[in-house]
Amino acid sequence: MAAPVIEVIRLSKTYRLGPVSVEALRDVTLSIRQGEFLAVMGPSGSGKSTLMNILGCLDRPTDGVYRFDGQEVEALGRDALAAIRSRKIGFVFQGFNLLPRMTALENVELPMIYDTVPSGQRRERARNALAALGIVDRGGHLPSQMSGGQQQRVAIARAIVNSPSLLLADEPTGNLDTATSEEIMEVFAGLNEQREITVVTVTHDPEVARYARRVIRFRDGRIVDDGPGEGRGRCRDGASANG
Amino acid sequence: MNLYSAGKIAYRSLRANRMRSILTMLGMVIGVSAVIVMVAIGAGANERIAAQISSIGSNLLLVLPGSTTAGGLRSGFGSAPTLTMADAKAIGRELPAVRFAAPSVRSTSPVVYGNQNWSTLVQGVTPEYFEIREYRLAEGRYFTADEMDASSKVAVVGKTVIRNLFGEESPVGAIFRIKRVPFTVIGVLEEKGQSLQGQDQDDIIIAPITTVQNKLFGSEHPGSVGVIIAQAVDRESIEEAEREVVSLLRQRHRIGSGQEDDFSVRNLSEMLAVAEASTRVMSLLLGAIASVSLLVGGIGIMNIMLVSVTERTREIGIRLAVGARERDILVQFLIEAVSLSAAGGVVGILLGVGGSMLISRFAGWSTIVDPGAVLLAFGFSAAVGIFFGFYPARKASRLDPIEALRHE
Repeated sequence: MAAPVIEVIRLSKTYRLGPVSVEALRDVTLSIRQGEFLAVMGPSGSGKSTLMNILGCLDRPTDGVYRFDGQEVEALGRDALAAIRSRKIGFVFQGFNLLPRMTALENVELPMIYDTVPSGQRRERARNALAALGIVDRGGHLPSQMSGGQQQRVAIARAIVNSPSLLLADEPTGNLDTATSEEIMEVFAGLNEQREITVVTVTHDPEVARYARRVIRFRDGRIVDDGPGEGRGRCRDGASANG
Repeated sequence: MNLYSAGKIAYRSLRANRMRSILTMLGMVIGVSAVIVMVAIGAGANERIAAQISSIGSNLLLVLPGSTTAGGLRSGFGSAPTLTMADAKAIGRELPAVRFAAPSVRSTSPVVYGNQNWSTLVQGVTPEYFEIREYRLAEGRYFTADEMDASSKVAVVGKTVIRNLFGEESPVGAIFRIKRVPFTVIGVLEEKGQSLQGQDQDDIIIAPITTVQNKLFGSEHPGSVGVIIAQAVDRESIEEAEREVVSLLRQRHRIGSGQEDDFSVRNLSEMLAVAEASTRVMSLLLGAIASVSLLVGGIGIMNIMLVSVTERTREIGIRLAVGARERDILVQFLIEAVSLSAAGGVVGILLGVGGSMLISRFAGWSTIVDPGAVLLAFGFSAAVGIFFGFYPARKASRLDPIEALRHE
């Protein structure tokens, strides 16, 4: 059995909004192994985005332990967290979050700029990442010149270009139609299968969650259900309807 | 992130907001060009005053005779005939710190040519005098040592005298009269203009000192001279020359210790120092006023950078999410600010140098663009960018990634 890439022990996060404090996460304990495909579901405000931000080293918990790749994240400074985000974690957002004035290729190059990859190699790796997502012909286009699905593919290319071990997706299909959503989820499933990247995706959509091999449900900042999804069977058996 | 990538990012975002970038730069442009023009005007004024002072001659000492006392009434320095031709010769020959010494006598006399008359300063000097006082010839020649020894009746004449006496015709070779004594014009002096005291330095006739002493003014004290001008070897040795002159004359005039000098020595370079000091204050003042506009330009940059940080909060969030460190964001925004101010600085330098040239061309003020001042202005504009860009850049780098990503 693979070692846990993520280990969360009794994690809590409390936001203080003036006199009111909101407990977004309460005592969450979770362990995710290398190569898992996990869907996090739950109503809005249940704490799933907060968990994603903490897992992505964008936010820090109020209490509890978070180990990423065996390393305790609370002990790290802002620069060390930035280095983890740059090399080990890829983010995919609902709103794509591409830089509007940069071409697709340049957007994909962005994480490598902060990882001081030489520019020739940068270009090549960015092109390869776009090719892997089947949109290398769009490399010179600006985000505004592309469809939502294409933009999300660029965002995924950007997320995987530094070969991260963890891919975090926050409602990656929230802005896409059903057909495109399926395409994007196929991409995630493929990356999970072929590259053994751990994928954690937040979603409302049961159709999307179907691709995951494990589904966690949140309510009021707590995990209320943790069980297998349909994804593993579909992929491993090769017997799915899509197959 | 290396500087090249950062520079490229900065260039793009400045180009994306072209109008705003240009307007912000304009503040720096005005500041830098104002500093350069003002400093150039100051330096020009300085130069002009230095030129006026050097029209007197450089590194000069003025040796004046002592005062007379008649019936208890003491006249000023220069009234007693205590300095002689021999004193002048001794100062010129014996003192190592003195290059030349030129005695002179002077008096105002009526001069006549044809049906024109004029009253002007007639000065009797030795040939060295022309060199010491830096008189240049427009026409003709100086008189020679032989002509001086022979008390020749020749004269070198200033432009003002020529205008009033000879009119348009070339005066070289013409014979005119000073106090009924006929003199031949052998040379015409180049114009020197007004002295610092407002005297017309071209209203003058210069003749051999011997001629003036023997044939014009006579003297109850033959061989006495009105003033001796001594030139020091260089600027550093002026004070040394002054000491030497004093001790030589005390010795020659047999003045015992405790007795007062029967002459006085004045250092003309002191005058220069005073004039220089006053123009330096003026340049400094002009520069200080212009620097205020540089400051205003810097505040403009800070203002626009703060707006830019707010506008681009989401971009900053994305960059942080994909792995930018605080330092990367700081450097990116700092480079933007410095690019604005340095580009403004370069344009300002061009404009300032051009403006200085226009001012000296059309307003007739002399301006001097000092390369050091230009370099300083450029360095200062870059420094303004760093100084005023730092706060916005730091603000950007300290943003919380999540809040920045949520920003609309």
